[in-house]
Order: sequence, then C-alpha cells, then structure tokens
Amino acid sequence: MSTFVALTIVGLVSGCIYALTATGLVVTYTTAGVFNFAQGAMGMVAAFTFWQCWQGWGLPLWLSLLLVVGVAAPLFGLLVERVLFRRAAGAPPDQTLATTLALLLILLGFAFSVWPVKDPRILPRYAGSGSVTFLGITLSATQLLIIASTVAIAVLLRLLFSRTRLGLAMRAVVDDPDLLAMNGLEPARVQQLAWALSSTLAALSGVLLAPLVQLNVLNLTLLVVNGYAAAMVGRLRSLPVTAIGALGLGLAGSWSIGYLPDLSFVPQWFQATLQQGLPMLLLFVVLIVMRPDPLRAGAPRLNRPPRIPSARRAAVSGAGFVVAAAVFAAAAPGSWLDTGSRALVLAFCGLSLVLLTGYSGQVSLCTLSFVGIGSYAMGKVGGLGGVLVAVAATALVGALVALPTLRLRGLYLALATFAFGEVVDIGFFGHYFGASGTLRVDRIPVPGGGAGYFVFCAAVFAAGSVALLAVRRSRFGRRLAAMDDSPAASATLGMRLSRVKLGVFMVAAGTAGLGGALFGGLGAGIVSATDFATLQSCVLLLLLRIGGIKTVTGAFVAAVVTAVLPVVQQQVPSLGGLAYAVTGLGALTLAYAPGGLGGFLAELPRPHVPRVRWVVHA
Amino acid sequence: MPDTATATAVRAPALELRGIRAGYGRLTVLHDVDLLVPAGKVVALLGPNGAGKTTTLSVASGRLAASGGHLHVGGQHVNGASAAALARAGVCRIPEGRGIFPTLTVSENLKLVSFLGRRADGVADQAYERFPKLRERRGQLAGTLSGGEQQMLAMARALGTDPGLLLLDEISMGLAPKVVADLYEVVGQLAATGISVLVVEQFVHTALAIADYAALMVQGRIVRMGEPADVQDALQATYLGGSAR
Repeated sequence: MSTFVALTIVGLVSGCIYALTATGLVVTYTTAGVFNFAQGAMGMVAAFTFWQCWQGWGLPLWLSLLLVVGVAAPLFGLLVERVLFRRAAGAPPDQTLATTLALLLILLGFAFSVWPVKDPRILPRYAGSGSVTFLGITLSATQLLIIASTVAIAVLLRLLFSRTRLGLAMRAVVDDPDLLAMNGLEPARVQQLAWALSSTLAALSGVLLAPLVQLNVLNLTLLVVNGYAAAMVGRLRSLPVTAIGALGLGLAGSWSIGYLPDLSFVPQWFQATLQQGLPMLLLFVVLIVMRPDPLRAGAPRLNRPPRIPSARRAAVSGAGFVVAAAVFAAAAPGSWLDTGSRALVLAFCGLSLVLLTGYSGQVSLCTLSFVGIGSYAMGKVGGLGGVLVAVAATALVGALVALPTLRLRGLYLALATFAFGEVVDIGFFGHYFGASGTLRVDRIPVPGGGAGYFVFCAAVFAAGSVALLAVRRSRFGRRLAAMDDSPAASATLGMRLSRVKLGVFMVAAGTAGLGGALFGGLGAGIVSATDFATLQSCVLLLLLRIGGIKTVTGAFVAAVVTAVLPVVQQQVPSLGGLAYAVTGLGALTLAYAPGGLGGFLAELPRPHVPRVRWVVHA
Repeated sequence: MPDTATATAVRAPALELRGIRAGYGRLTVLHDVDLLVPAGKVVALLGPNGAGKTTTLSVASGRLAASGGHLHVGGQHVNGASAAALARAGVCRIPEGRGIFPTLTVSENLKLVSFLGRRADGVADQAYERFPKLRERRGQLAGTLSGGEQQMLAMARALGTDPGLLLLDEISMGLAPKVVADLYEVVGQLAATGISVLVVEQFVHTALAIADYAALMVQGRIVRMGEPADVQDALQATYLGGSAR
C-alpha cells in the first residue's frame, strides 16, 4: 500500500471526526442560535467517561458505548439547554458566547479533578489489532469503525432533516421560532432535542477519537476544536458543505504531515506551525474570506452601562490605591509580593480588554498572546528599551490582526481572535520559547527589590486606569461607545468604523504588550508560555466579565483571581482544575447580573451630598 | 356594546381580555386593556401606530405573558399558557409581516401545520383548492414567493385547521388591493362558518366592512368599543384626522 493511500486514509479518518464535531456545532447554531465553544470539551468528557465505564469499571464495550453515547450524552444536552440556554433565548451573541466558554471551563475543571493528570489512561483500539483489506487497501478496525459511523450518521441526519416531521420542525425553528409556536410546537422543545443531538455527536466524536490519540484533557478538547474550521466552511449552515470542509481539513492535515518534510526549503518551525496549526489557520482564513453579514441596526439595549467616574474621582482613587499598595508591601511577607505583583501586572493587561471588549464591544480571545509577545520582546531587548520595543511590536501585531478582521463582529471576531491566539501558541510560543516552553525575562530596573517592584506595578496599574477612564471620557471614547451600541448608526453618522477599530485594536495590543514587558522578573525571572495560552485568555475574558468588563474594578478582580487561584491550587493539589471550574461557575452568574461585579458596584446608590451655592443679595 | 349577558349564556366569548397589562422589559405597552370578541363575531381592532394592537394580539396568542389582568379564551382562564399550547387549543394567529418559513418549501410549510393535529394532505388539499397558485409552486422555497402568495400560504394555516379564534395582524401590509380583497374574501368565508375573528388592519374600511364590532385603541387602552358606525366618529376625531382613505 503506497504512502499516499495510507496518508489519505488517515486524513479521511480525522476528517470524519471533524465532520461529526462540526455537524453538532451547526445543529445547535442553526436551531438554537448558540455557537457552542464547549463542543470539544463535551467530546472530551464523553471520551473520559467512556474510559471510566469500559476500562475503569470493566463494563462490556457495547454497554459502555450505549451508556455514554446513547444515554449520558443526550441527557447532558437536555440539561445544558434547560439550565444554561433556556433563559438566554434571544440574548446577544457575546452573552451566549460567554456561557459556552463557561461550560467549556467547567467541563475542563471537572475532567481535571475527576481524572487527575498524574495517572495515565490508555484506551485500547476497538476490536484490537484487527484489520480489513479491500481492493489492496488495508484499514484498521478502528479506522473502519470511524468511517462507517460517520457515513451512517450522515445518512441518518439526511433522512431526519428531509423526511421526518421532527427534522422539518428543526429546520423551521431556524427560520422563526414564534411561527413554529403558532403551528402548535414548542420551540424550546425542538431546541432541546437539537442540543441532545448535538451533545450525542460531540460524544461520538470524542469516543471515536480517543483510541487514536492519548487520553489527555487539553489535547482531546483542542483536537475536537479543530472541527470549528469545518463548520465555518459550511458557514454554520450547510451540513454537506461542512462535511466536505471537514474531509478536506483532515486530508490537508494528513498530507501536510506526510509531504511537508520533503520540501526542504520550508523552514522547520513553519512546517511545524502548518502541520499543527492548520485547522486554526484555515479557520482564520475562512473567517476573513467569508462574506460578512451586513450592518444591522441592533435592538435597543435596556441595561445601562455603569457610570464613568470623574477625572478627580479617578485620580483620588488611583492615588489611594498606590498608598494602600505601599502599606501592603511593607507589611506582607515576601512570597506574597510576587503573587501580588503578578496580579497587578495582569490587572494592567486586563485594562486592554476593558478598552477593547468592554468599551468598544470587540470580543477578543487572544489578549494574552499579545502579552506573551510583549514579554518575548522584553526578554530579547531588556531594560527600558525593551519596554518600548514590546509596546511598538505588539501594537504593530495588533494592527496586523485588526486589518484583515476589521469587518468581523461578535462571534466571528471572537473566533478569528481565538484562531489567531492558537496559531501564536503553536507557531510563536511553541518555537521561540524553546522546548521547555519558558524564557528568561528580566525586570526593568526599579529600586527597592520585590517590594519596590510591587509598588511600581501598583502605580502603573493606577496610572493606566486613570488614563483609561480619561480615554473613555474623551471624544475617542465616545466613538468607541457609539460603535459598541450600533455600528450601523455610527456609520450613518459618518464615523469611519475601520479607523476607530484599527485604532482601538492597536492601543489595546500595545497596552497588553506593556503588560507583557512588566511580566519580566516575576517568578524568579522565568516566564512560561502556558501563562499566555489562548485558553488562559478565555479564562481572563470570563473573569473580567464576572468582575465587570466595563469597569477598572473588573480588571482588578479578574487579575487577583487569576493570580491567586493557582497558588491556592498548589496548596491543595486535590482541587485539580479549580481555576477553570471557579471561573466557569462564576460566569454563569452573568445571566443574572450582566454588568458583573463592577457594574453592580458602580450602580450602588451613593450618599447625596447637596452642593448649595448661596447667592447673597447685596 | 353587544349584549354580553345573553352572549355568555349561549356561548362563552371566544376571547376576553380583562384589565390586561403587558410590555417589554421596563416598558409597559398595554395599560388595563379590556376587550371582548363574542363567539362567532368579527371584531376589528383599530388605532394609530404604537397603540399596542400587535402587543394585544401577542398577549391573546400567548406569545407575550401579561404582567397583570386576565386572559380568557373560549371561557377558559389561560394566563400563562404558551403560544404553542394556545395554538393547539385553536387560537390561530397570522402574524404581522409574512407568517411563513422562508427556507422551507410551500408543501413543507403546509406539512408543519399538521402539528396542530390535522392530516397534512388534508391541509394541503384545502389550501391548493382555495389558492391554486400555491399548487403550482408547492416545490418552491416559500421565501421566493411573491408577497401575496406568501400571505396566501400563511392564511392556509387558518383555512386548514378550523380554528376557534382567528387573530389577524395587518395581513394587507404591502400587498396589491386585489390581493387584499381576495384575502379578505377568505376571512369573510371563515367568519361565515362561525369562526370568531379579531382583526388588526390599517385599511379601516376593509376591516369595518366585515366587522360586527370595532374597538379603538389609543396608547395602550381601549377607548371605544361598539358597532362600526359608533366607532367611526371617534376614529376620525381621535387619530385619523378625518383622512380615513
């Protein structure tokens, strides 16, 4: 059997897995209007549960399959719809996006704590080492099983959607849920069934994929995430085009692994990026090439943004914050100061998200990628020059990301930034941070040792906050708020959306880069690529939403939680995946308080102090 | 006003709203609405833009939950019933705009009506018989039909299901007068079979021509209800400024 045929089979097999995932995504997106970021994590948890049933508890293979794919997965889908999404019907896309991200993190946290990383788990291949030879092509039993199940699912779905009344109702609910109700069918019931179907498909893809790769929480989740690109090829609508995209993606991946090394003129790191990052590169490209949705005047939002503090109030609070930090630095033990400095630096990085996502409504899932790039620049150049280079380099990269994505909004922008972050993880951090994934980055010279740096970071955060609030009150800030409220209305007023967007992206990226430079010297001067992973960016975004993404308080709260949770987890190792679970569960409170903690605090009634100017008549 | 005492004695009113309050979020649209559709009668609901006519239909069809007051359909207290449940109970609403599924074919649209407990082919036959154009276009996507054909398709749901109460929301919107006349002929036929109808319509005369009673709504309240002739004066005085066609 030639190499080509072997590679093609491997490609088709992974294409089938992508197709199953992507189909599940399309089903929930079209019927319930939710792009489920947690699809990969649902597949991952299904694979682990399957391992638990089959290998862990020793149940027969068929029973384990039935329990996981046939019973647990559909029930989980029903539960997710009922608990997380029923209330959110008609919610803006960034809110449902946050909910699915929260679900993703909850599932990660769950998996990490139930199946600790330290015990290895191996899922044997189905039907052992059996294989089938047909027309001179040999397929392993597992490969055959994957291809056969995918074909069977495709045929069944085709029949469901074209022949049955239920499938008809699922297509109808896409068009108009209210009209479906007028036809006597509860739209929520149909959407619930769609979730059950989608969850089953996720479980199937996870269970089928697991024997081919190792049972690793993050790997398994991210592999299934690769199906996103395929779903986007089908524009989140067409199942046949999605399937073609998935197979193409699988084949391209397999061929690139087989043939790229032959092309010796392609540099090694670029080959590695192409091979591992192909689905995410494709996702980015598809998003850019896709015809964008036309600008629409959105529905008026009834929840008010939090009050913006006055310049005086901001300055006084900032000064007070620095004084408080100085007192803390004098009193706290040295080991706290490193964590504290980390929290302050992260809080400063969070300010870039307040500007970009909070004020301007541009959802970004790659903030920490910019932070990492800034850190790298600092590590290479060092000193004050390093800080300048970090800011300039990240602002430039920010412009490079913003330019092709200018016309994307909401979910599509979030996915594009996610894809960019993943590509940076693989291609940049994976390469430049070396095999250990760490880099030595020194601190900018500040007198006073750890305590001095802590106070310095507090001052930088306070200054950044005061500046950010000044930006929000400025003409530019009003434009950002206008763009967030209604891009269509802003455009009709003659605002150049692309310029404003480009500007805010560059400023936000530069801010993140500066934060990255400040990372130097933390944790004994070693920064780790895992701190800047895209998944961590998602965590940070969610924490910011919990803290209040339109407020400086939000950035601070998010950063403190991000910095402190790993320390807690170190003390209590049994709480595996704590940070993920806490963040995910916290994000679910957003359904009740969309403004987060900061929004809540800003709306607290303040004592009314009347200012009376007595006019004394002569 | 109709003699409600004798009407209830014979047959419960098809629809009765008592002190209904409803709105969207913090915005209250309906303040204390009282409205009666006697069994077998046609009531025209008239009023200027933003008066709350569509919201009234939303409450009556279960699309929007009332925040206060009582909703009775066929004599039953049905506050809190879902739109789907009311649809199955025989409340047929033809919504504003086009009440069709644009990405489904004409015959698939008609097939969905079968969730109301009618045989799909029966519904389709009846629709094709009344609107032969639809038969020609049964394999076509509903979104590609002309406005009039789309409205015919939407009306087919009322034709095929024999509802107890028909709620019509501006079915004439954007259509040629000839098509409007044709649609209202169907409404007249349905009313003649004893179906109660609540009709919201911008063409006042078209609506009043088939209506037994008319209700005038202004700023979320019913300000006048009675025979068409009684309401006509109030109509001109309150909001049309004497320019009703």
